[in-house]
Amino acid sequence: MTMAPKREAYDVVVIGAGPAGLAAAATSAEAGLSTLLLDENIGPGGQVFRAIASTPVTERAQLGADYWMGADLVQALRASSAEVIQRATVWSLDRNLEIGVSIGSASAFARARRVILATGALERPFPIPGWTLPGVMTAGAAQTMLKSSGLVPDGRTVIAGQGPLLWLLAAQILRLGGRIDHILDTTERGNYFAALPHALAFLTSPYFAKGLSMMREVRAKVQVISGVTELAAAGDGQLASVSYVAGGKRETIPADLLLLHQGVVPNVNLAMAAGVEHRWDELQLCWSPVLDASGTSSVAGIAIAGDGAGIGGATAAVVRGRIAARAAVEALAPAAAAKLAPMATLRTDLAKAERGRAFLDTLFRPAKQFRIPAGDTIVCRCEEVTAKDILDAVAIGATGPNQLKAYRRTGMGPCQGRLCGLTVTELMAQARAKSPQEIGYYRLRAPVKPITLAELAAVPKSEDDVKAVVRG
Amino acid sequence: MFKRSELDKRPQVEIFVDGVAVAARQGDTVSAALLASGRDVRRSTAVSGAPRLPYCMMGVCFDCLVTIDGVGNRQGCLVPVAEGMQIEIQKGKREIGK
Repeated sequence: MTMAPKREAYDVVVIGAGPAGLAAAATSAEAGLSTLLLDENIGPGGQVFRAIASTPVTERAQLGADYWMGADLVQALRASSAEVIQRATVWSLDRNLEIGVSIGSASAFARARRVILATGALERPFPIPGWTLPGVMTAGAAQTMLKSSGLVPDGRTVIAGQGPLLWLLAAQILRLGGRIDHILDTTERGNYFAALPHALAFLTSPYFAKGLSMMREVRAKVQVISGVTELAAAGDGQLASVSYVAGGKRETIPADLLLLHQGVVPNVNLAMAAGVEHRWDELQLCWSPVLDASGTSSVAGIAIAGDGAGIGGATAAVVRGRIAARAAVEALAPAAAAKLAPMATLRTDLAKAERGRAFLDTLFRPAKQFRIPAGDTIVCRCEEVTAKDILDAVAIGATGPNQLKAYRRTGMGPCQGRLCGLTVTELMAQARAKSPQEIGYYRLRAPVKPITLAELAAVPKSEDDVKAVVRG
Repeated sequence: MFKRSELDKRPQVEIFVDGVAVAARQGDTVSAALLASGRDVRRSTAVSGAPRLPYCMMGVCFDCLVTIDGVGNRQGCLVPVAEGMQIEIQKGKREIGK
């Protein structure tokens, strides 16, 4: 199973085998470039096409046609000459386009002339009281188990939050015979008005009809409570109840499983560690890389495609993957680019895929009280640091996320800020009356996933490497 | 908390959780198999000892940390089950030598 990259150097290395990475690697290989695709999961598909090659849920209607689109991408990749390594955790990428990757507890290095990062998205932190209790998970987690292992909730289940994924997951759980007792919808009422100017584009996008029919399917079977303004999980070492406020009235319902979701945000760790410039996105409320129209970043040779480039959904991710790969082909083997779909066509495809996105972003913009917690609510799950701890640190002089590490160790646990970073930035920005852009983010460095010192020490080294660090 | 779909026809794989045989399915991750087992598989954190279960199932939260075949701090959500695999629910921080 342990399979290091076959070569030391490739024309193109793609990181992540979700929609963007699958499309990028197939495109690059099709043009004749030596291509390596590295992916952390057991099989290809990323999150949206999770377990596409192995799912036990073979009744196609249960997961829906959008899911099975992934099978065509995997087929195209497998028909190409791209080298694919699964269970490969990339822990380093630098400005020289050298990639450190851990495969089967051994690390290897590969060089690239172009790197396409397709590391996708993760769920936005949902820091409510009790969100660390066993029995509280993300909606995406439940969907991952559903797709890859055919597992569905069977205890008292509450889904809370907002956004398209929440409704898709609910529909999929019901289709597979799972149980959902309540959906607590946290969409702010004001968002419906704010989203109106974008409604026309949305109404004419494929999202509209699909979304509407899915919501109907779910509402017919589950009690949906709208206008939820407060949310908390409670229990002694295990989730026992969920309490919420809707229409000014507080209710508490018994629960064994609470699935949280308030949208997805770019997974920035590897890109930031490589030095790619990011800016705070005021609409999507997250960090997004600064890119040109082909996905090229501020670091020469590194492009970003898919949701890691800013949330656009799976269809847009596929097109962005093709655009980034085509740009790499144009740079490295211009003659071969003639084989590929013209850039103008790809840009038209992208515009079409992104239609309706502004409406979704505005409608499902998460409310402040669910992004910026207070009091004893845990912000950093790894180091168990609360909102109050962070505000206390600000009061005695912590200026931003990097200083805060010295005060409270936030972001220094194994998840490396993935589950607290956005919250810390927004919380500190609010406390210091500054913008998130001014407050900034954790300075991320390799290794972006934990690896053992033994693994590092076992990396092959030259005499020069040894001389560089040994004295005398 | 979770049950298996009746349509799931994947072959069984036997794993051991703290020495007890548990039936998983081929293609399950360790975390999915643990959650499907119905057993109490809560780990406890290194910082306060608080009980936790997997949160994200996609490799980012590290709340699925578990000892697999004698190696601690493995992300159970990224490791597929294998016949005879020995899993220990990790209480607190990784032990030296594990």
